[in-house]
Amino acid sequence: MSEERFDVIVVGAGPAGLAAAYTMAQAGLEVIVIERGDYPGAKNVMGGVVYRRPTEDVFPDFWQGKSSPVERNIVKQSLWLMNKDAAFSIGYGSAQFKAEEGYNAFTVLRAKFDQWMAAQVEEAGAIIINETTVTDLIMEHGKVVGVRTSRDDGDLYADLVIVAQGVNNLLVQQVGLGVDLKASQAAVAVKEIIALPTGVIEDRFNLEKGEGATIELVGESTMGLTGTAFIYTNKDSLSIGAGALVSQVQQKGVNPNDILENLKEHPMVKPLIAGGETKEYMAHLIPEGGYHAMPKVYADGVMVVGDAAQMVNGMHREGSNLAITSGKLAGLTAIEAKERGDYSSKTLSRYQQRLEESFVLKDLKKYRNLSHFIDDNTHLFTEYPEMVLAASHELMTVDGTPKGDKFKAMFDMVKSKRSLWQITTDLYKGWRAVK
Amino acid sequence: MHVVVCIKQVPDTTEVRIDPKTNTLVRAGVPSIMNPYDIHAVEEAVRIKEQVGGKVTVITMGPPAAVQVLKEAVSLGADETVLVTDRVFAASDTFATSYVLASTIQKIAGSEPVDLIFAGKQAIDGDTAQTGPGIAQRMNLPLLTYVEKVRSIDVENKKIVVERRLEGSKQIVESTLPALLTVEKEINDVRYATLPNLIKAATHNPKAWDHTVIEADRTKVGLKGSPTRVGRSFVQQLTNEPGEIIEGTPQEAVVSLVDKLFAEGHLVADR
Repeated sequence: MSEERFDVIVVGAGPAGLAAAYTMAQAGLEVIVIERGDYPGAKNVMGGVVYRRPTEDVFPDFWQGKSSPVERNIVKQSLWLMNKDAAFSIGYGSAQFKAEEGYNAFTVLRAKFDQWMAAQVEEAGAIIINETTVTDLIMEHGKVVGVRTSRDDGDLYADLVIVAQGVNNLLVQQVGLGVDLKASQAAVAVKEIIALPTGVIEDRFNLEKGEGATIELVGESTMGLTGTAFIYTNKDSLSIGAGALVSQVQQKGVNPNDILENLKEHPMVKPLIAGGETKEYMAHLIPEGGYHAMPKVYADGVMVVGDAAQMVNGMHREGSNLAITSGKLAGLTAIEAKERGDYSSKTLSRYQQRLEESFVLKDLKKYRNLSHFIDDNTHLFTEYPEMVLAASHELMTVDGTPKGDKFKAMFDMVKSKRSLWQITTDLYKGWRAVK
Repeated sequence: MHVVVCIKQVPDTTEVRIDPKTNTLVRAGVPSIMNPYDIHAVEEAVRIKEQVGGKVTVITMGPPAAVQVLKEAVSLGADETVLVTDRVFAASDTFATSYVLASTIQKIAGSEPVDLIFAGKQAIDGDTAQTGPGIAQRMNLPLLTYVEKVRSIDVENKKIVVERRLEGSKQIVESTLPALLTVEKEINDVRYATLPNLIKAATHNPKAWDHTVIEADRTKVGLKGSPTRVGRSFVQQLTNEPGEIIEGTPQEAVVSLVDKLFAEGHLVADR
């Protein structure tokens, strides 16, 4: 056991844990972060988009200056509906995203981004210990009082433990705050980083120097499984990945790697990545259970933040911003607890309150039924993309057919796939799920 | 027992590439690590401390970034560390480096006598195996190189018995203390750092000494103090051309081999 004693132990050096540590260290709390990877970011995976405002809220001006960990400022975002041969694309780009005051989101590479955050945390006075796994939370009289690690003499005590261990939240389950994820509450995602010259990326995505684009792909991009795929532009690489619900991957017996390979071979995707060299390959679980799958986020001596608390908004591909914001709110609560000298659940319940007042729980509540709706209606990922694409193909093909006949053919095609009543029901249910 | 360990920060040579134009190492973006042999030297020093008591001081000469390897030494159990860092040391060869390190150890010994000095058998960047012996020579200490086992230490009578690796055999040597040992990796298995030591390392600040602290003569360090000159560096291309198999009976094969050797000028007829 270490003789050192800390105010707070943070388990996990991802965005949530580091945001919490930074907030607390800046207020003068004695903070130690324990990370199992070789360094912060070594094991961390996400698509690769961070949002300016929630991140700036914790790490001011993180996107500025030479040492900034961001890759590209995102100026346009598109959504592709795909079948085997084609893609129907809608997108939004704006000059407002190009001006500094309008910067909204950036692409990042986690190895670099997380190490940058970790450096800020250390500068603020917290200690980060790498290559060390927290195996248990130490409980005394029903209260969390410390952690047990994989190291010799590995017990460490503190007034408070913040669990930021990510989607595989074994510690949360261990203290009875939550239960294990169901296969329908997590997606398995695979991702590659493909190196390409900066200029080639800007040409292919029609970008000006330093600007970035994102594409979300639905339909054939996940071989019809419930999920999405993405392509993001980094400085001199592309992040391309695909994720689908674990339950469906199991059911259909699909190898997640094949989903990505299939996507890379798609005729609309292939030219974007042509000539690139795959530099990294990674796979990870994404919590998709949303609000209903969340554990209790506090108890005596402990708070849970980020993915460990299932804080992901799958609909809007948002995770890092919920993680960073929840980390900050937990950090603020810890500062209050330290002032009061009381780390009981009574004080820590302020964390729950803060989450409810913020976009984190407001958004998660708003979309709480959406994952059920999507899970129960897998045709959304197969029939609708097909419909849109078939209709587009009909409309785009100039072959001497009068337009009136074309519209009728499109309408008949839509009805043959799904009746008007079914479509109306889908729309209504979809609206209900997010209203 | 006060043990001093000399370590070096080296580029991780498993990740080093050679610039095809200049034939020099491309060091940009290559991570720095503690020289692998030195890790075993630190471990052995810590084991001796655990066995007979005392203290382990780890020193390195290098740029400010070399504090990382000193922190790592603390995580392995070292007590104190010194970074000898000064612009005037830049471009020192093994001759000048051994002077700097010997001066550093003498400075340390001035306040706390040193009983034993460890170094790795060589560094994986230069592979010279000269700095350790250079320190011993300058301090006029017994030198035990390629040590793969410390058999015993007699603190009272100031004696050490070690096994040295020789080609195909080993040598068992007894020496008086203080002495300088350079070690092989086989000397021990490096243990995982304990959590208290990791925490200690994270908050550890090595002492930083410049040439005035160790009272080093400026003319004996850096490029000026280094007799080594690099004339030219080149990349030895290893070709792996397939050999030729000569068919036939042994007699026929020998005849055709000899003919070929004459034809290619490897053999010359003496007539």
